[in-house]
Amino acid sequence: MSETIRTADAGDAARLIALGLRPKQRPSRDLIYADLVRRYRQDPVFADLVEAVAAGLGLAVLAVTTQSGAVLAAMSESAFEVKIDEYARRVSLRDRNVEKVLHGLIHLAVAALCFPRPDDLADDTYVGRVSVEQVDQVVREACRMLDEATATTEENADPLHGAPMLEQVWRVYARRPSAAATKDGRLASDTTRGMITKALRFLGDQGFLQAAGDEGGGTFRTTPRYQVQVRELAAEQAFDELLALGVVAAGSPTGSLQRRGPQAADV
Amino acid sequence: MGEIDESDASQPLSGWGGDEGLGRRLKALACTAPLHDLDGRKSRLEWADAAAYQMAEVGLQAIDQVTIAMDFDHGASHDQVVRRLLPFIAAQAPDRVQGEYERVARWVLECLINVGSLDRGFRAVYGVFGADGAYRRRTFDFKLLIELLSPEGEVYLRTSDEAINVLVGALDTDVESAQIAAEVKLENLIKRGRLSDAQVAAEQARYRTVQYAEVLRRKMEATRRDVRAVDWLNEVPDLIAEALDHIATRYKAENAILATITQTRDEAEEPDHKRRAARLVEVVRDCIRRHTQLQARLQTAGQTFRAEQDRQQFAGPPQRAAVDLFGQLLVPLLRLPVAAAGPPTAVFFRAVTGTVQPTAPRLTSLVDMLLSPPRERDPLGEPVPEPELAPPADPDRFSGDLWDHADALLELTGAPRRLSGLLAEARSIDPGLPHLVALRSLHAVSPEIGVALRQGDPALLVAVDDGTPLVDIGFGGADLLVDVIALSAAVPPESVLRSDEEFDTEGARPA
Repeated sequence: MSETIRTADAGDAARLIALGLRPKQRPSRDLIYADLVRRYRQDPVFADLVEAVAAGLGLAVLAVTTQSGAVLAAMSESAFEVKIDEYARRVSLRDRNVEKVLHGLIHLAVAALCFPRPDDLADDTYVGRVSVEQVDQVVREACRMLDEATATTEENADPLHGAPMLEQVWRVYARRPSAAATKDGRLASDTTRGMITKALRFLGDQGFLQAAGDEGGGTFRTTPRYQVQVRELAAEQAFDELLALGVVAAGSPTGSLQRRGPQAADV
Repeated sequence: MGEIDESDASQPLSGWGGDEGLGRRLKALACTAPLHDLDGRKSRLEWADAAAYQMAEVGLQAIDQVTIAMDFDHGASHDQVVRRLLPFIAAQAPDRVQGEYERVARWVLECLINVGSLDRGFRAVYGVFGADGAYRRRTFDFKLLIELLSPEGEVYLRTSDEAINVLVGALDTDVESAQIAAEVKLENLIKRGRLSDAQVAAEQARYRTVQYAEVLRRKMEATRRDVRAVDWLNEVPDLIAEALDHIATRYKAENAILATITQTRDEAEEPDHKRRAARLVEVVRDCIRRHTQLQARLQTAGQTFRAEQDRQQFAGPPQRAAVDLFGQLLVPLLRLPVAAAGPPTAVFFRAVTGTVQPTAPRLTSLVDMLLSPPRERDPLGEPVPEPELAPPADPDRFSGDLWDHADALLELTGAPRRLSGLLAEARSIDPGLPHLVALRSLHAVSPEIGVALRQGDPALLVAVDDGTPLVDIGFGGADLLVDVIALSAAVPPESVLRSDEEFDTEGARPA
């Protein structure tokens, strides 16, 4: 616990970050990792060093715990960032923007289903379960409610012709088929269920979710790492973006997934 | 502008503003377009001369078949619909091959799903005057057949509301009143013996039943997800009560109808009349079956609600402030236009997906990688060898050694020997040998001499029973006389074949 930083310390800090970049590595399975985690938690100088190295790499240290190790997030324009353009690779450039929004939305819906109530997100011991079918059905149900809400207004709410970017997101989602038969019998990738399956598998590969069976088109369990990621960073940042757009939604302590309509989310 | 006369184009057309009927009619018109398109595009099909087919008819039939197959959990699978369409298509062009019918059926089905488009649906553009009198073009997206995934992972089809409206027409009315009207009509038609019309009415009644079931199915699904999404205080209890009433009256009506038309069917003389009546009986039976199904669901509806209420209300008090992902992020995002939703979704995506390890190429390994020849890869892989399957040979009961010993023992060169003596000798050689010797001796009792002669065998083992009983520890029966006889090629086969006794005197060696 020295105040001066030695070269070896910088190496250790970088090693902790390198281990954090491999989300499937756990401190419980790796003595060196466990030792580095302990050092981070006990030695503030070392912790500062780790954070400085991470910041230099374009990473943010969200948490360092004995359970999940170093939880890192890529900052904007970082070399470690998952590019949505690469994730949502599609042939047609024209639909690229719509596809990106849908993929982002689906990731948000997955998180919302994993942690249905604000409590679940806050409770460190909570383990969420989510299936492909659930995500699709809940988003579709939300779309249906929004459709019903628009149907009750007198105005003609059909989207304007020639302005696809002004169309509301729920219409795009509701229009997209949930499944489609393909010639080779696989699930078509551009359907909503195909996209949700992709999202869940991707999160599984990233060590955020764990496969827990085949029911409902594939069921997954959340890991503490995913919870930290959603709580400490993703939800906050998306919330700030929405605030910047002037969209303010009042929250309720019990959460709104059980609420009848989207009225409370009115602007 | 604005100073010529009253028909000035820039004047707000306030009288047109609220004309919702026009918009509705334009949308209804649009729903029929895909069916017209089928006939418009059939001439462009390369694989068949499709002029003989009435594609719009096939299309309507397809929608019909899917609607009929719809029940609580499933619709029809692609193959099912194609199979059911084949007779109708075949009737349109009887001289074509079966493969073509199937292709036509698949083509129509794919067109109705609109397989080529990303959303697998249709879009129509229509113009209406807004409340402010301005003319705006709006888009109307609709689907005719929807593909869904069953819990077993199979893709199946359901008809959309739009398609049911196109199909039955004017279903925009109150379900219940339309139902009663159809019933009265049906009874009248049957009384007057107008069976073809009665069938139409009965089929329409069935579509309404399907629609009832569909409404309930959606409510139940919503309840399973969220009890508060559905109004269980008034709406659903009313719906259930209404549906139960409806079932009770329909049961009575349909059983009465069934009795009448069964009688009509049995008494009908004319085959066409009989066939129609039989078809009608089928339709009405199907209606009754559907009512039973609906009733079963209705009875469990309340139970489902209570169970879900218990399950979903189980929530503890909040512990610390966190974002409500669904209400504060997802729903507001769904309401945003696509353009505005871009940044928040991108931010969430970047933050939630974690990190990737960027690849850092090294020149040496890169050169190696680039210079290595591409691996030949056959998309089908190695040909699978066709295995030649033969049943395994029966394991030998007696080993080769035993056979050799037995051969040596039965190589009788002197006088014929008694079986008892042979067995005793065999037992002294090997404990397994007596069994083989006994079997071979037994086999020699009535040997196939003709076969042996034809094969040109020089000698043959022969056993004769002269009435002496066998005394042995392992075997019982007759103590056979065993000997080897030489077969003379000079003896014509016919004479040998004549009888077995002959060889005793002629072929056997003198004992």
